[in-house]
Amino acid sequence: MEVGQMQRRLVDYTKTLFMEGFLDAQFLQLQQLQDESNPDFVVEVVSLFFDDSEKLLNDLSMALDQPNVDFKKVDAHVHQLKGSSSSIGAQRVKNACIAFRNFCEEQNIDATLRCLQQVKHEYYLVKNKLETLLRLEQQIVAAGGSIPATEMGF
Amino acid sequence: MDSCNCIELQWPPDDLLMKYQYISDFFIALAYFSIPLELIYFVKKSAVFPYRWVLVQFGASIVLCGATHLINLWTSTMHSRTVAMVMTTAKVFTAVVSCITALLLVHIIPDLLSVKTRELFLKNKAAELDREMGLIRTQEETGRHVRMLTHEIRSTLDRHTILKTTLVELGRTLALEECALWMPTRTGLELQLSYTLRQQNPVGYTVPIHLPVINQVFSSSHAVKISPNCAVASIHPSGKYTPGEVVAVRVPLLHLSNFQINDWPELSTKRYALMVLMLPLDSARQWRVHELELVEVVADQVAVALSHAAILEESMRARDLLMEQNVALDLARREAETAIRARNDFLAVMNHEMRTPMHAIIALSSLLQETELTPEQRLMVETILKSSNLLSTLINDVLDLSRLEDGSLQLDLETFNLYAVFKEVLNLIKPIASVKKLHVSLNLAPDLPEYAVGDEKRLMQTILNVVGNAVKFSKDGSISITAFVAKAELLRDSQTSEFFPVPGDNHFYLRVQVKDSGIGVSPQDIPKLFTKFAQTQSTAIRNSSGSGLGLAICKRFVNLMEGHIWIESEGLGKGCTATFMVKLGIPERLNEPELAFMPKVPPNHGPTAFPGLKVLVTDENGVSRKVTKGLLVHLGCDVTMVSSSEECLRVVSNEHKVVFMDACAPGMDGYEIAVRMHEKFTKRHERPIIVALTGNTDKVTKENCMRVGMDGVILKPVSLDKMRSVLSDLLEHRVLFEAI
Repeated sequence: MEVGQMQRRLVDYTKTLFMEGFLDAQFLQLQQLQDESNPDFVVEVVSLFFDDSEKLLNDLSMALDQPNVDFKKVDAHVHQLKGSSSSIGAQRVKNACIAFRNFCEEQNIDATLRCLQQVKHEYYLVKNKLETLLRLEQQIVAAGGSIPATEMGF
Repeated sequence: MDSCNCIELQWPPDDLLMKYQYISDFFIALAYFSIPLELIYFVKKSAVFPYRWVLVQFGASIVLCGATHLINLWTSTMHSRTVAMVMTTAKVFTAVVSCITALLLVHIIPDLLSVKTRELFLKNKAAELDREMGLIRTQEETGRHVRMLTHEIRSTLDRHTILKTTLVELGRTLALEECALWMPTRTGLELQLSYTLRQQNPVGYTVPIHLPVINQVFSSSHAVKISPNCAVASIHPSGKYTPGEVVAVRVPLLHLSNFQINDWPELSTKRYALMVLMLPLDSARQWRVHELELVEVVADQVAVALSHAAILEESMRARDLLMEQNVALDLARREAETAIRARNDFLAVMNHEMRTPMHAIIALSSLLQETELTPEQRLMVETILKSSNLLSTLINDVLDLSRLEDGSLQLDLETFNLYAVFKEVLNLIKPIASVKKLHVSLNLAPDLPEYAVGDEKRLMQTILNVVGNAVKFSKDGSISITAFVAKAELLRDSQTSEFFPVPGDNHFYLRVQVKDSGIGVSPQDIPKLFTKFAQTQSTAIRNSSGSGLGLAICKRFVNLMEGHIWIESEGLGKGCTATFMVKLGIPERLNEPELAFMPKVPPNHGPTAFPGLKVLVTDENGVSRKVTKGLLVHLGCDVTMVSSSEECLRVVSNEHKVVFMDACAPGMDGYEIAVRMHEKFTKRHERPIIVALTGNTDKVTKENCMRVGMDGVILKPVSLDKMRSVLSDLLEHRVLFEAI
């Protein structure tokens, strides 16, 4: 399809992501930081986030699998994940992490396990969305168009 | 019928007579039998005969008569008593019936006779109806002719065709000998023979319009019979034949038609042409009523058709005129556009070409001024400088004005110090004023805001120009400048009747009044003051320079600022008051201490706001490290990234101006870093600014940060604008407590 259509699709898709709460304003900031001197900034940050988060989730799973759960370590990991997700603007992941940390403080194993599942779920969702978004951007750039700036009305 | 008596007669010796009687009786009986038969037959055939009963009786009587005669045949010889009886009976019957018939016939014969009368009457009636039918048919035909004529006449919009067609069709319909049209001439005093049926090119006969016969025709709306010998009717040489009857009718020329004759005098409300129709020569034909009606109708139709044609001619002419005008306008427009383009090109070139040498002259002259010069040389250089400054100003003025006129000039709006502007003007004008021994006073109203949003440079230019004029045109006395905020009541000024400024929430109207006691302006010159290049002729000012552009430019600036400027003067020698009102914005953030403290710092809007600023970023989290780095790189900083506090302490040097660290990550003690850094860099100016990036905004965190000697706390995540403003504040003040 032609560039204009793709651009419109991108804009709509981005808007839905914001509406549904997957991304928040921080993601816009990231987009603003991307310019000619730094053309792949968003892609790099997002890839970094994916790598980081995979590692952290693995560590979390392992940590919570232990018979004696080291909540301090778990908390540290969750803190990291929360930091990463808030830096990138992955709102739902961040919120899940906040809830996770609360249960960590309470040292509630069942709840933390549930939270882990929740965080994983949110993470995979947002990963999927972000990959789609980036793919759309790539298609537009490949077709010779430019990425339209997202304007939020809130 | 011979009466029968019972006297017996002997066979007479003259048999012959008897024989003849015998035969006659026979034939009479025959006839008497056949007559009713005929009657019955024919009556039966005709269905209308009303007197059947009478006929029957008649028939009966005749039959009986016949019977009687027949029986008579037998009575001439010896006959028996029966025969006599029969004879008698028959005779009696016959007598009765005949008498009745006779009586009845008395009644019916007059009726029968009247039938005849009625028949005659009906015949006459039928003849009359026939005649009338003939007339109606003729009329209908006439109507058809009229319609056809009208159609012919109205089917064309060309004047000549209309008239020609009229005459032709009329001639054909009415079988005329000649048909002619007399039109009024230009002067309106004569009728000219314009069109005829038979003659191709009518010779220019004219007839004075005031002939009695013509007046007679003109005053009646009907066709009028006129004498064939009068002037208008002598249109056809009749020779030795007797001319046919002539009829004339007026043709009204409706007002909207002017036949392209523009200089007609207004004679009367109605003008007429005359149509003359002549019946064939030597015929006994008379003008019939319906023919006259036809002629009248045609005349009216012709009038309408003619005016339509005239209107059409008129509108076509107007359209042609408009098209010509359009073409001319188009050409003019294109020429104007070419001229404007040429002028713009010229200006663009001259702008550059003129300014460059001017700059060179001014710059080098000023430089020359700085060198060692003899007093003479110094004077010369100063004169050069002054002249070139003047010239430069003039060039700028001219270029500004053209840009102003084009509408391409836009105001540079920014917040500025209003009081400072006035002070500057005063400073600039004081030297000249003191030379001329003029006293200048400045009055700023107390409610005048200190800061305003507007085009400072042009406002200053305007005030300077107005005040400069006051100084220029005053030989002595005083000049007073007052500035205040225009209030709504004071805005209803007779001078500003077309200007109604409405103060609003975020703007106000500045009103500046400059009064001088100089030569004043005469009232008739006041409107010219603001026109370009116009100067009032006065010997006193002839030696003062001035291109006459100043006020024009001021007016345009004031207009751009949505204001109004005007000058009042009571006359020559009585001084004058120049007033202007401009719209200025009210600045939103009145950061007065900041503004007073800071020298003019260029706004940090570009991406390289902090070029080359060395920054150290410490963050364990790879993602947020990358994001922060991206932010700072976008702002132009030179970023070094470390991922742990040990590394941070190792890497940090006094080249780094700012150190960002994550203060809330467990495991990394940002506080310790701060403490250690304080130890490392004892001198304050060597130590980089330490800023904590934290996700907690509670007081405890802030207090902790302050306690360990951090210079600032920022809440994560940081937006680009926030980072920018934080950095600028930090670099200015070296301290930042509010960035949350």
